[in-house]
Amino acid sequence: MSIRRNPVLRESSHLLIPAILLFALYVQFHGDYGPGGGFQAGVIFASAIILYALLHGTRRAEKIIPLKLARTFAALGILIYSFTGILGIILGGNFLNYNVLAHDPIHGQHWGILLIELGVGITVGSVIISIFYAFAKFKK
Amino acid sequence: MLAITAIAIIAMRNILSVVMLGGIYSLISATLFVVLDAVDVAFTEAAVGAGISTVLFLSALAITGKHQALTRKNHIAPLFVVLVTGAGLIYSTSDMPAFGDPQAPIHTHVAPRYIEQSGQEIGIPNIVTSVLASYRSFDTLGEVVVVFTALIAVLLLLGINRGSRRDDL
Repeated sequence: MSIRRNPVLRESSHLLIPAILLFALYVQFHGDYGPGGGFQAGVIFASAIILYALLHGTRRAEKIIPLKLARTFAALGILIYSFTGILGIILGGNFLNYNVLAHDPIHGQHWGILLIELGVGITVGSVIISIFYAFAKFKK
Repeated sequence: MLAITAIAIIAMRNILSVVMLGGIYSLISATLFVVLDAVDVAFTEAAVGAGISTVLFLSALAITGKHQALTRKNHIAPLFVVLVTGAGLIYSTSDMPAFGDPQAPIHTHVAPRYIEQSGQEIGIPNIVTSVLASYRSFDTLGEVVVVFTALIAVLLLLGINRGSRRDDL
């Protein structure tokens, strides 16, 4: 691929990738106050990794986030989500009822939303990274 | 703009250009969502539709090929299906309430409660997040599982573990 040898793209990606990763975290944890949330944050995080993989090759990207790690995290996100729900049952509420997670309902809601958005973000980000690896590494 | 892009997508034979136009189509849809004040949806459309799916299509093209195979099949039956579906959709829009009608069912069912009560019940300013993550968290859990299922399907189809005995079950 010739885009890998293009110095302008490579250098500008070094400027962009940290900003994209930081923006993903902002979207993740600011979703309560502005537009965004776990889903968008996961996609933006994955897009930074994909940009790196496009410019430096999948092999080098896999040194940062190996496929196995991404696959494990895809399941981990769903587990975080479900355990937040089950925690509601354990603490005396219904499944995914966040009111019981903290001393007062509003704080419980904040915790619940934070945790499940984290679960969504982790799953979506790692699923997209894994799918990209699957396509990029496919050999006929 | 959307219609022009869609027609260009149909007319193109080079799949690479079609994928690029698909990304443009998503970006235009995203601006449309911003105009409709659906910022969260616009955000998702721009990130997923214009960004990730374009890249995924491109990597799929790298596996397959750049040109669409010319087919000499009969196009009457598909055209008929498309026309009937389109006519049905246009017919059903005549029953929809007028745009921005405050008496529309969607504005009288649960939406007022979300708008009025979510500030006290959930305590966060973004109502979209409180609906998505709290009132409708069952649905969101389902969506996350769907995304995960997509990953399992892709890994099964592309056989990423082919050749490595260690991972075989």
